[in-house]
Amino acid sequence: MQQLADRLIDTGFLQGLPRGLGYVIVVALFAFLMLNFIMLVAGVTSWLERRVWARIQSRIGPNRVGPQGSIQWLADGIKNIMKEDIVPSAADAPLFRFAPYLAMMGFFGAFAVVPFGDGLIVADINIGVLYVSAVTALVVVGILMAGWSSNNKWALLGGIRSAAQIISYEIPAALAVLTVVLFTGTLSMQGIIRAQGWAPWNWFLFHNPFTFVAFFLFFVSALAEGNRTPFDLPEAESELVAGAFTEYSGLRSLLFFLVEWGNLYLIGAICTTLFLGGWQVPAFTDSGLVLGLAQVLTFFLKAYFLVFVAMWVRGTLPRVRVDQLMTLCWKYLVPIAFVNMILAAFFAAILPNGSIFVKAGMCVFGLGLAVHFFQRVLFHLRRAKPELHLSPIV
Amino acid sequence: MGYFENIRESVRTIFEGMAITASHMVRKPYTVQYPDRIDVRVQDTLPFRYRGLLDVDLEICTGCLACERACPIDCIVIDAEKDKETREMVLKRFDIDLAKCMFCGLCSEPCPTGSIHHTPEFEGADYSLESMIRRFVKAPVVAYKPSKGPETNPEIAPILKRGLRYLDEFASPGGAS
Repeated sequence: MQQLADRLIDTGFLQGLPRGLGYVIVVALFAFLMLNFIMLVAGVTSWLERRVWARIQSRIGPNRVGPQGSIQWLADGIKNIMKEDIVPSAADAPLFRFAPYLAMMGFFGAFAVVPFGDGLIVADINIGVLYVSAVTALVVVGILMAGWSSNNKWALLGGIRSAAQIISYEIPAALAVLTVVLFTGTLSMQGIIRAQGWAPWNWFLFHNPFTFVAFFLFFVSALAEGNRTPFDLPEAESELVAGAFTEYSGLRSLLFFLVEWGNLYLIGAICTTLFLGGWQVPAFTDSGLVLGLAQVLTFFLKAYFLVFVAMWVRGTLPRVRVDQLMTLCWKYLVPIAFVNMILAAFFAAILPNGSIFVKAGMCVFGLGLAVHFFQRVLFHLRRAKPELHLSPIV
Repeated sequence: MGYFENIRESVRTIFEGMAITASHMVRKPYTVQYPDRIDVRVQDTLPFRYRGLLDVDLEICTGCLACERACPIDCIVIDAEKDKETREMVLKRFDIDLAKCMFCGLCSEPCPTGSIHHTPEFEGADYSLESMIRRFVKAPVVAYKPSKGPETNPEIAPILKRGLRYLDEFASPGGAS
C-alpha cells in the first residue's frame, strides 16, 4: 500500500501534497473501501444465512423484499438505524456507548491483512497471521465491556462466557496456524498463499495428514472465536436472553451483529488463505486484469464456500454446554493440536517440501470423503422419499 | 467411553448430521405462504366441521332458542315472539357477538336443523367491537316450521340438507366418514 501511496503522491492525483497528509488520505480511502465491503458482505451474509437455515428446516426464509428477499438486509438495517438508541439508566453510559465500536474495531482491524488477489491487500505485513489472532482478540474486550457496562446479570454472564471462550480457543487456533507456518516459513498472508498452488494437491489442506487435521482444528476454533453456533454461548437465548447484547438497541445492536456476520467472512478468508490456496489460479491468460479478476473471484468463492459451511453447521449442531465447551477445548482440541504440530514438525524435518505421494494420497482421501458424504446424502434422500426442490429459488 | 472413542464418535456423528441437513437443503419447503402466495384459499382447504366464525341460516331457524340457552358466555341474543293471529314464531332479533364467541361449538350442537353453524371462515379482524356483532335479522321474519315428511320447498331443501349433514357429522366423533 505504501508503494501505491507513494505513486499517487509522486505522480497521481495527490501530487504536491505533503507526504504525511497523502498517506493519511490513502489510508482513509482504503478504510472507507474496506468498511463498505464489510458492510455489504455482512449484510448479504445475514440474508443468505437466513435462507440457508430456512431451507435446512424445510422453510423458505425471507423472500419478500426484493427478488427472493435479497435486499432484506437493507430493510433490516434501515429499521435498526431508525430505532431509538436506549441507554439503561443504571448502565455505565460511556462504556456502554463505546463497547460496540471497540468490538467493531477489533474485527475491522483484521481486514487490513485479508488478501483479495495477487498484490490486492491493504497491508501485507510480515506477521499477518499473528496480527489477525492478536487484533481479533480485541473483540473480547468489546463484548466484555458491553456485558459489564449493561449492569445486567445476563449481559455480564454472556460477556464472561465470551471472554473465557475466545481466550481458550485462541490456543488451538494459533497452534493450527503454526502447523501451516512450519511449512511456509512465513507469517505473511501473501507469503502463505504464494507457498501454495492453484491445484488442490498444492493446497495446504492436502499437503499432509497433519495440515488436514489442522484445517478442522482451525475451523472449529475459529467458529468458537466468532461466537458461532454450536459455540454461541455468549448469546444463548434460551439461558441468557441475548447475552452481552441484551440491553442494546438500534444501531449499536446492529454493530454487534455486523461483527458476527462479518466475522464469518473473516473466518472463511483466513481459512482460504491458510489451507485452500487463497487466490491462486492457473496462468490461463496474459491479461493482468482478467487474471486479477479471476483471482479475486476465486478467493471470494472459496471464502464464501466456507461461510456456507459455517451456516450449514449452524443449522445442524445443537449448542454445547459451558462445561462441554471447555472440555472440547482443553481436553481435546489443545492436546490434539499440540501432538499434531509436533508430528507436523517431524514431517517438515524429513520432507521439507512435502512429497507428491503424500499429497496425492491426501487428495484421494479427500475425494473419498466427499464421495462417501454424497452417498450418505443420497441414502437419506432415498429413505425419506421427499418431494425435491433443487433450485435455491423458491 | 474412552478418549479416542469420543473423538471417533463425534467426527462420525457430525459427518452423519451434516449429511442429513444437506439432504434437507434440497427438499421442497412445506411453507404455506398465507395469505397472498397460495393456489387455493386456506378456507377452502379446511374441513366441513371447522369451527370458524358463526353463521346462521335464518331460512331454517325454528326460533327454539336452544342455542341462546346453550351459549356459556351469552354471546347470542334472540328475540322471538309467537304471533297471536297466525300462531307462528316471529324472529325480531338474532345477534351474535363474535368478539365474545369462544368457538366452543355448544350452540350448534342442540340446534334441531343445523341452522346455527360454524363456517371455515376465520378472517374476522375489524377495527371496532361494535362491528363484531353480527345482526342476522334485518326485518322480522317468520321462523321455519319443520314439515312432516321430506322438505318440498326447493329453496329451503338444499339449506336444510346442509344443516342436517352438519348435525350428522357432529354426532359421529370421527366426523362423517
